[in-house]
Amino acid sequence: MNKIFKCHPGIGSKVEGIVLCANDNFSARYDLDRINGTFSRPQHKLFGKNYKDKILVLNESKGGVASAWMLYEMKMRNVVPKAILFNKANTILAQGAALANLSMCDRFENGDITSLLKTGDTVIVNPIEGYVKVI
Amino acid sequence: MFNVNLVKAKKWAIEHQIKVGNFFSAKDFVSVSQAHMMVDPESIGEAGVIFLENLVKMGACVSVPTITDPRGVDLNYYKPLGQTEEMANIDRRTIDACTSMGILMTNTCVNYQTIMPPVFGDHVAYGDTGVVIYSNSVCGARSNFEGGPSALAAGLTGRTPRYGLHLDENRIPTKRFHLQYQPKDLTDWGILGAIVGKQSGSYWEVPIIEGLKVIPNSDEMKHLGAAMASYGSTPLFHIDKITPEAINIKLDEFDFIEVKIIEKTDFDALKSSFGHKSDKVDVVVFAAPQLSIVEMQKVADLCNKNTFKVPVIVCTSPQVYADASRMGIIKKIESSGAKVLEGTCFYNQYAREIGEANGWKRLLSNSTKIVNILGGYGYEPLLANMETCINSAITGELV
Repeated sequence: MNKIFKCHPGIGSKVEGIVLCANDNFSARYDLDRINGTFSRPQHKLFGKNYKDKILVLNESKGGVASAWMLYEMKMRNVVPKAILFNKANTILAQGAALANLSMCDRFENGDITSLLKTGDTVIVNPIEGYVKVI
Repeated sequence: MFNVNLVKAKKWAIEHQIKVGNFFSAKDFVSVSQAHMMVDPESIGEAGVIFLENLVKMGACVSVPTITDPRGVDLNYYKPLGQTEEMANIDRRTIDACTSMGILMTNTCVNYQTIMPPVFGDHVAYGDTGVVIYSNSVCGARSNFEGGPSALAAGLTGRTPRYGLHLDENRIPTKRFHLQYQPKDLTDWGILGAIVGKQSGSYWEVPIIEGLKVIPNSDEMKHLGAAMASYGSTPLFHIDKITPEAINIKLDEFDFIEVKIIEKTDFDALKSSFGHKSDKVDVVVFAAPQLSIVEMQKVADLCNKNTFKVPVIVCTSPQVYADASRMGIIKKIESSGAKVLEGTCFYNQYAREIGEANGWKRLLSNSTKIVNILGGYGYEPLLANMETCINSAITGELV
């Protein structure tokens, strides 16, 4: 049976992809090598992992305002996750997703999304209706 | 929903704001008196410049005073740093586009010290996390972290969705910290910010700090807030009996919140994760936030005709630079071999590429914020106070 996790309505369109998940926080400025599409901060739990076209699942967004422009710039170069799911997004990441039209959801009713999903899961993210479905 | 007479640029801005407002369940908009936009070339890239240029073609023009965060290139000094003409050109095009929209190129992250500080209750749309946390906490203004696109949208429309820190209910304490060690210098204030930020850990938490026996000055508040925002994505803090909104906070109403004790060992632990005595130093950087005129004078006094074994870079705002130049402070700093950059901040000026071009890995700074950021840019950052930074620049190793 497919598992469905409800969340607050998000930003962007319905997408399907493979999960890359960690119980860690996220900033495009602090954590990424945006040219190569990998996590570059040695202390990050996804250090060395490639995020291109993944459904990135993390705890919270953190850090500076740069991530808003950066998500757009990453999207235009097509080195970007397909969607980002947070337990709680901060304002910057939501604003960046809005500019980039990148799919983003947060505030899951079923609990900690970094525990509910695991790396390698295939999911459908529907920000319009506010749910993530494991398929 | 939209007035058909709105120019396309404002239509983009309002649609963007509605998307963001819906995400955060905003019920309406609030007028803002100012916007402050982060628009450095490393972050926006070619795609961002084209976006801005397209807005100009649509006839975009800001409707409230809109100012800018530091640039990524000091156009008077970029080749010696290893920055390329391509980087400079992105910056030039950005400046042209922003200027065409009526944006004031203030290029500063210390606008609350140099341009027009917001006043208590003032709703603003500020970018730069350090600016936002200072404005909310020290001035009692009301702003969310507004990324470049959203700050620009607010500049164009003169309003922002009413969510987050614009609402009273999101400004009350949710975390309590009690100090048993008093910060001694700017680095200590940054470390305190880092400790509180890390333990708060979310944009949606509001820490209150108790037990402080001194009233921090503006530079101390600046380092406290900048580090807290950097480590915790924290946009607002209160200091018991000191910051304006804390005056009306009765702590006995928050008995249900656990009070976390901060001791000297917490300061030592954080500092020890950023270098040890005798570590080799490749470059010393004073930045993040840009230095005030008072900090510039301190750096100049410490330079005091010393000769440095490693490069020393100092970043300040164009406003402070002009004053420092007039007062002979720039000359005093640079006569020691250090370089003062105008209108930039080291971490947002292609820090990775600069590091690779110059072979810099071990970067020493007195900024607790910058050492947090640069780990992801391939650096092994070291943290020490201003005096130790200067002395280490003389010897080439952390003293």
